[in-house]
Amino acid sequence: MKKSRALVPLLSVLLLVVASLSLLPGRAGWLLPWRLTGSDAELARLIVWELRIPRLLLALLVGAALGLAGAVLQGLTRNPLAEPGLLGVSSGASLGAVIAIYSGFGAAFALAVPLLGFAGALLGTLLTLTLAAGGGVLSLLLAGAAVSGLLLAGTALVLNLAPNPYAAYEISHWMMGSLADRSWNQLALAAPFVLLGIVILMATGRSLDALSLGEQQAASLGVDLARLRRQVLFGTALAVGAATAVTGTIGFIGLLAPHLVRARVGHEPRRVLVPAALMGALLLLVADIVARLLPLAQELKLGVLTGLTGSPFFLWLVWKMKERTP
Amino acid sequence: MTRLVAKGLALRRGSRDILRDIGFSAQGGEFIAVVGPNGAGKSTLLAALAGLLQPDAGAVLLDDAPLAALKPRELARRRAWLPQNARCEWPLRVERMVALGLAPRLQGFGDVSVEDQARLDAVLADCDLAAQRDQIVTTLSGGELARAMLARALVADPELLIVDEPLAGLDPAHAWDAARRLRALATEQGRLVIASIHDINIALRRATRVLALRDGRLLADGTPATVLDAVLLQQLFGVVAEVRGTAGGGYVDFAC
Repeated sequence: MKKSRALVPLLSVLLLVVASLSLLPGRAGWLLPWRLTGSDAELARLIVWELRIPRLLLALLVGAALGLAGAVLQGLTRNPLAEPGLLGVSSGASLGAVIAIYSGFGAAFALAVPLLGFAGALLGTLLTLTLAAGGGVLSLLLAGAAVSGLLLAGTALVLNLAPNPYAAYEISHWMMGSLADRSWNQLALAAPFVLLGIVILMATGRSLDALSLGEQQAASLGVDLARLRRQVLFGTALAVGAATAVTGTIGFIGLLAPHLVRARVGHEPRRVLVPAALMGALLLLVADIVARLLPLAQELKLGVLTGLTGSPFFLWLVWKMKERTP
Repeated sequence: MTRLVAKGLALRRGSRDILRDIGFSAQGGEFIAVVGPNGAGKSTLLAALAGLLQPDAGAVLLDDAPLAALKPRELARRRAWLPQNARCEWPLRVERMVALGLAPRLQGFGDVSVEDQARLDAVLADCDLAAQRDQIVTTLSGGELARAMLARALVADPELLIVDEPLAGLDPAHAWDAARRLRALATEQGRLVIASIHDINIALRRATRVLALRDGRLLADGTPATVLDAVLLQQLFGVVAEVRGTAGGGYVDFAC
């Protein structure tokens, strides 16, 4: 009981500390506080204000959106393996965003990128949840895999038809997911959508709690299941769709974050939400710092890093579930 | 006093008639056992009486108001419903699982209120779950889980309780104990309790009224002692059986 109450303050403090530290390293070199005064103070301030702070805020926003969306999808499906990246949400969002960027739509009308990202995510989520309706864990994952496959093929098609090799290179690079070189403009573009999505998702807690007893009992307790599904669908599509439209695909945060906090709050779906959002932000921020610090010729893409560390964890979860339900 | 009326209830699934022209009236203080063979339509009837399935014809009225006209939350505050083999899908603590029954009473983002916490404590004690309140619900035995689910249904103090096969999977001691609990809810606390029950002896001895269902039709409706006889059991289950003993202490002897 005490543990669960200390969790949110603990995560918040940790997040503050890591967020402050995240301003220090980067491609422009280590920025230590004393460099903010002195000869090149102007340049240092510019780097912090124009590069590091937007990057930090984007990490917090996107991480929180992914962690929360994962927690809500897991609550809705009562399945700890549900994750935006595995359910076709992220692949739908990237298809939408890729179409917006390379049709020239995005250049003519800046809002087109998050809007098409949202539309793509909505399509992906809707397809998966419809295909898997009434089925168990397996049918959800299969439906997610099938929908992701279809949407990734759609993205590959756009890639294939790209007017020049440079465009194809740029798309594939963008799809790996990164927070590098994102500006205040891009943050301002995504933030309203992501925040609206977060608000919608946060409001599902009570219904997700009742859903622990199964759909029939939840309905008997006055939960409007159709409305709840719409809420989750739109909330996830808004939050993950707009986030992905700006950062590219970043997987496994939505799987890991709820898992790391769930036992500490007694597995109650509603109590998982806030800690999962904080944990998601923390994980993404840490991953971004690691990506910046790794001494590689090319900065490691964030999506590649979360994929490399997240998929073994996913395999381990599948293995554990197999033991429990043969 | 709570009054539940079913009028000309009919329900079809595809080309099959699940319920045909079911009508009866019940009120608080009754413990009604719905009996009948597998596939008779018992679960469908209970779900329709709980307002969870829309009938194709007819209506269910709770205190003269059609269930379909009540808001789901309003209905949830007044009636509780438990499905067959109710389970909890996350490993919650027993107390928190039981508290989920308070959902229709909770407002906004608040948690369990002081009065509700008192009710929660009382219902846990009533259902002999005081020792298990911090146990993880997925580790309970079948009998304990059945009691925990009943506590979940009772915690919001419903006037109408509808339970689908609450005795399935319980050993004789637990089954009779659960039936005694359901009867006490009706006769001592004035609630209307409707439960589908397969054990004819428990229905005979514990229910205040029996509804006998076969092929979606109501074959009999009345007190157990008058309704449950050799002829009805033959009609319902196609078995040869005799009811022996006196009213209140009778038992069914299956001669097959």
